Amino acid sequence: MADTTDTDERIKEISPLRRALIRPELGGMVGTVAVFTLFALFAFDSGMFNSQGVMNWSIVSAQFMIIAVGACLLMIAGEFDLSVGSMIGFAGMMIAVFGVVLAWPMWMAILITFVICCGLGALNGWIVVRTGLPSFIVTLAFLFILRGFTIYIPQTVERKTIIGGIRDAAEGDWLAPIFGGKIGQPIFQWLGDMGVIGVFERGTRAGQPVVDGIPMLIVWAIALIIFGHILLTRTRFGNWIFAAGGDAEAARNSGVPVNKVKILMFMFTAFCATVFAVCQVMEFGSAGADRGLLKEFEAIIAVVIGGALLTGGYGSVIGAALGALIFGVVQQGLFFAGVESSLFRVFLGVILLFAVILNTYIRRIITGER
Amino acid sequence: MSDPIIQMKNIEKHFGSVIALAGVSVDVFPGECHCLLGDNGAGKSTFIKTMSGVHKPTAGEIIFEGKPLDFADPRDAMAAGIATVHQHLSMIPLMSVSRNFFMGNEPMKKIAGISFFDHDFANRVTMEEMRKMGINLRGPDQAVGTLSGGERQTVAIARAVYFGAKVLILDEPTSALGVRQTANVLATIDKVRKQGIAVVFITHNVRHAMAVGDRFTVLNRGQTLGTAVRGEITPEELQDMMAGGQEMVQLEGSLGGTV
Repeated sequence: MADTTDTDERIKEISPLRRALIRPELGGMVGTVAVFTLFALFAFDSGMFNSQGVMNWSIVSAQFMIIAVGACLLMIAGEFDLSVGSMIGFAGMMIAVFGVVLAWPMWMAILITFVICCGLGALNGWIVVRTGLPSFIVTLAFLFILRGFTIYIPQTVERKTIIGGIRDAAEGDWLAPIFGGKIGQPIFQWLGDMGVIGVFERGTRAGQPVVDGIPMLIVWAIALIIFGHILLTRTRFGNWIFAAGGDAEAARNSGVPVNKVKILMFMFTAFCATVFAVCQVMEFGSAGADRGLLKEFEAIIAVVIGGALLTGGYGSVIGAALGALIFGVVQQGLFFAGVESSLFRVFLGVILLFAVILNTYIRRIITGER
Repeated sequence: MSDPIIQMKNIEKHFGSVIALAGVSVDVFPGECHCLLGDNGAGKSTFIKTMSGVHKPTAGEIIFEGKPLDFADPRDAMAAGIATVHQHLSMIPLMSVSRNFFMGNEPMKKIAGISFFDHDFANRVTMEEMRKMGINLRGPDQAVGTLSGGERQTVAIARAVYFGAKVLILDEPTSALGVRQTANVLATIDKVRKQGIAVVFITHNVRHAMAVGDRFTVLNRGQTLGTAVRGEITPEELQDMMAGGQEMVQLEGSLGGTV
């Protein structure tokens, strides 16, 4: 047995570069640096990097991050959810129906919406694991089912597709500020007083900073990223997520409750979509039937840019978050740089293709396939 | 020898109108390698699945450590100390060796009341156990995908042994391997047997069986054709029993005795 000697002459020492390459976050990190360098060079004076500019792309990125965390864990567990966008629209509409039309207290509307949406996520997952059908098909069905209800319900009860008045209904509620509020106002006021960030020059708010706090949306994004990252890399359940997506049969043979893991990940994805929806309706003050359109694809793209494999079993929450950041910065940065916004889609397509090719190459390195 | 650790008495298994097992009896002693031979369709897989709790026998009795046993599912069998290493379905290529090693049995440590995966412990144990089995890893975070087929089987066996297997069922562990890798796996089986673990080695390769087996049971068409002790039977006789005798004699004539 030659393999028992201290070194195996057939295994080449792998270079640090190759070692770094197999970290899933690498693509996201390189992309983030590249994107920031590019916009710092070409759009620095456009206002993109002053307080309003930073807040602008941070909010957009945070929106992507919230749904990317859920999509990332689900993809690593080996499944897709194409109903994320419809779930966002549906959840927002449920809050409007419960909180405005039925005039329930806002906290109750929010909590019941979370229960309904996580239940729908569980139903998605249950159908996938029980029928063995590809999650692509099952969740595509839910994409249409949920979107249909999101249009039908407000049309039937209110004869319109946008329900407003949510901000008034949420006035004085204890739960609503956790999604729609802001934190850190004193710090921003102080920064404004010190002249670090811009303040209003005129009007009723003269002297107040233009950016007066961090929206809870961003706090949610950071909290979900930290939670997702620790869950995936530092817990037993995280190992089960990798195992369920890597090879469900081998995982079952080792006693991993694969079905439970997958259903819980569908529920978590629905939870993230609902967080997104609640933050959005609290910010806009209304729920619209067309909210969340195409969000499922944007989440999947962010996750893939972040280094996750479409086939499951490999990926990183930090990578997905960086993918979402790249997404948000480029989308808003092109606007600041005065580039025609339709080119953003071209960029998306190109970077998606590039990321998938890179990931496939990395997969070959890890598994030793040729 | 002491008492058998597991006795399978007159096991029958019917799937609808198909009789997969028609009264198979096998007993396995601690520290012995019991080879289960048989051609495709002989009932080997059904038999080990019955032993590992996947199937319930239609008739017959399983006695484990002197007590009659009734497994509800494979987890019961695993908990009792009956571990199965499947030909392909044991390891996840994209995951690291240490994550694979502890898959389903993750070591935990508590930090501030929350249970976390104890990576330090997992990495240390994985490296130690791999060294014992003669596999040098670059590191515990090396992906299983970079290991050879033989090394993967060895990791799977080492894992079963580490988690206290008393009966280790190996389902055709050498059938997809090259010569050197096969030798490594057979050497691993020998090491495991010497630790007092009962090994049930399923194969249809007589030479692999003769290399490590203490006793040989041949299955044919759902029945036992008898159990032979090492030294009392030649490879040719085993081969004939597996193939069911007659046709094989003719075939071997035309192939010049190379099969």
